[in-house]
Amino acid sequence: MMRFFRRSAPPATDPDTSAAAPAPASVEASLSSTRKGFFGAVRGLFQTQRTLDDAFWDELEERLIQADLGAHTTGDLIEGLQAQHARKPFLDPRDAELALRSELLKLLKSTGDTGLFLPAVADGIAIILVIGVNGVGKTTSIAKLTHYFKDGGRYPILIAGDTFRAAAIDQLKIWGERTDVSVIAQAPGSDPASVVFDGIGAAVGRGADTVLIDTAGRLHTKINLMEELKKVRRVVERRHPGAPHETLLVLDAITGQNGLMQAKSFAHAVGVTGLILSKLDSSAKGGVVFAIAQELKLPIKFIGTGERLEDLSPFDPDEFVQALFA
Amino acid sequence: MFEALTDRMQGIFKDLRNRGRLGEPEVDAALKEVRLALLEADVNFRVARDFIKRVRERALGVEVSESLTPAQQVLRIVNEELVETLGGEPGRIDWTGEMPAPVLLVGLNGQGKTTSAAKLALTLRKLGQRPLLIACDTFRPAAVLQLVTLGKQIACDVYEEGTTARPVDIAMRGLQWGRDHGHTVAIVDTAGRQQVDEALMAELVELKAMVKPNEVLLVASAMTGQEAVNVAQVFHDQLGLTGLILTQIDGDARGGAALSIRAVTGIPVKFLGVGEKVEPLTAFYPDRLASRILGMGDMLTLIEQTQDMYSQEEAASLQKKLVKGQFTFDDFLKQMQQIRKMGSLQSIIEMIPGLNQLMKRPEMAKALDEKQFKRVEAIILSMTLQERALPSLIDGSRRRRIANGSGTKVQDVNQLLNQFRDMQSMMKQMSKGSVPKHLAKLMR
Repeated sequence: MMRFFRRSAPPATDPDTSAAAPAPASVEASLSSTRKGFFGAVRGLFQTQRTLDDAFWDELEERLIQADLGAHTTGDLIEGLQAQHARKPFLDPRDAELALRSELLKLLKSTGDTGLFLPAVADGIAIILVIGVNGVGKTTSIAKLTHYFKDGGRYPILIAGDTFRAAAIDQLKIWGERTDVSVIAQAPGSDPASVVFDGIGAAVGRGADTVLIDTAGRLHTKINLMEELKKVRRVVERRHPGAPHETLLVLDAITGQNGLMQAKSFAHAVGVTGLILSKLDSSAKGGVVFAIAQELKLPIKFIGTGERLEDLSPFDPDEFVQALFA
Repeated sequence: MFEALTDRMQGIFKDLRNRGRLGEPEVDAALKEVRLALLEADVNFRVARDFIKRVRERALGVEVSESLTPAQQVLRIVNEELVETLGGEPGRIDWTGEMPAPVLLVGLNGQGKTTSAAKLALTLRKLGQRPLLIACDTFRPAAVLQLVTLGKQIACDVYEEGTTARPVDIAMRGLQWGRDHGHTVAIVDTAGRQQVDEALMAELVELKAMVKPNEVLLVASAMTGQEAVNVAQVFHDQLGLTGLILTQIDGDARGGAALSIRAVTGIPVKFLGVGEKVEPLTAFYPDRLASRILGMGDMLTLIEQTQDMYSQEEAASLQKKLVKGQFTFDDFLKQMQQIRKMGSLQSIIEMIPGLNQLMKRPEMAKALDEKQFKRVEAIILSMTLQERALPSLIDGSRRRRIANGSGTKVQDVNQLLNQFRDMQSMMKQMSKGSVPKHLAKLMR
């Protein structure tokens, strides 16, 4: 069974000889094999002394697909590289690596600015809607954003718009305590649109300059829940013309090709302005964002890299691509 | 750009059928597409490759029989291999041995462990067990509270000690508590992490050693990408998984991750998690998931979803009306509204074999357009109750009134009335067991 994990092993070792049964392998060993990740292997591929033959391209395709770039984006990238190679042959695999990097960067940069577009503190309140399917880490991302804004000298207030999931409001309140900001909430089961409507008023009243709205996780295929979200957005627009200033879709880095469907559906329903790629610290690299960049031109604005409040960074395409090859 | 798997597979096999014979080039061309389709369904790269290899061997060796077209033959092999790989016994939990039988739920963050724990409790109770929920996720804020709330919703006991005690101690005391209170199964909700890290694994390994669970179930989302195999492998290596609960299967993810996990670890899918309310888990049937991955439609699930929404009587009376051709606009409206509750039209259409291809036809796409849906709804709502029951009443002046009332044109109303009449006669025919000719032609 371990043959699926050939990844970064040198070509000489026969992967099939590794342990097969669920034997108690050491935690460390088993984790480190996971951690190397596929892009580590991409790098390994480029480092080996080899010619750019069919086997090379096949292996590259495999690596990119393993990183969740998807068959389509992978195909485009490889065809592009092969075309370049045909015009002006790469001297060695490192040449090809540089070309691949620049293609990946081009994709990420094709989405436009990855910064936030918020009114300056002096110009009034900034309202941010945070949305996504269940379990991607919306609430945690909001806590991290709160920390980020406080660090930047803003005064945020949170609105507990997830009135559906059991204990979601409590979860947000706990984060509110940890980050020392107010959380505006009503009873579980309340209409989220009315919570948001009242909440914005209350936040303004309390002198906040930044409002983060948590919403219930919802599968993008549930029409009634998407309608509910549209209503929340409409209410925000009506309550505060010009808002929401950002509508951020949280995407779990472990998500496969369905991430594209999620981005499409949410963008279509409420107009997403950017992504937060969460849980990027696992070996999952979130390769589906390349497909999202290619097709929807949605910029990634933040990446979530750990479980601490500080583990959220503004997205930097160069760093991101750099990390893929690390 | 990303065609649905359904379309792709049907497209390939249509080509094959047209060629008539099953030669090596055709098989390879088809399997290349099958491979792409599997990859887009998030089936792991290597699992897909092995799978294709097996299908190829079988497909090339097979004799062209009289009764099946080459396309059907390849399709059958692909399907058989998929079902075989997915395999396994549907939803069984081992509760032999000392009571309460411990069941450990493990997985990464956000895969639905806590929700699944409550759903599993409900499922087991339906099977005559007395489940206890034990809250050992002391890590995520409010996770304990979430389990307590869910437990209350389904009136199931929850053992918790807040977040300060060690999970292993909570679990042991919880088991004792369950023993004292006559519980037969104890479902242990554990902490997830953003990634498989050593601290988490150490905690789980200790938990497993002490609790000695009958089952260790991995909870994973159907949306998981290529990384699914690594996650499953690490958990399996450390904990010896006994099964998988595949969650968020009610989205539009193809669930290829399940195939990967099964192929790599050999653990069976035991249950499917559908919906965010606390409803019982759905039993897993390999053939259905195979159909879904293959895009051959998932009629059975659709039927079950429909059954959930209708009471027995409603369903029986609807069926009677259909057979007798007494189906009214009111029934139609009701059905339409029910269908919309089930999800997007697209997701429903994908569950019905053949419809996806059918939708490619512009006239069909138009007929099933969401906006059209609303228009039809408006037209029906502008009819009187009497008109809805007896559409033949609707004459010229009534048509004008209905058009005005619904903000549509008389032509739209006419069109709907005609379609409705066609549908009634079609249903009458179908209930007699014959598929109407024009429909049969479309489905081909």
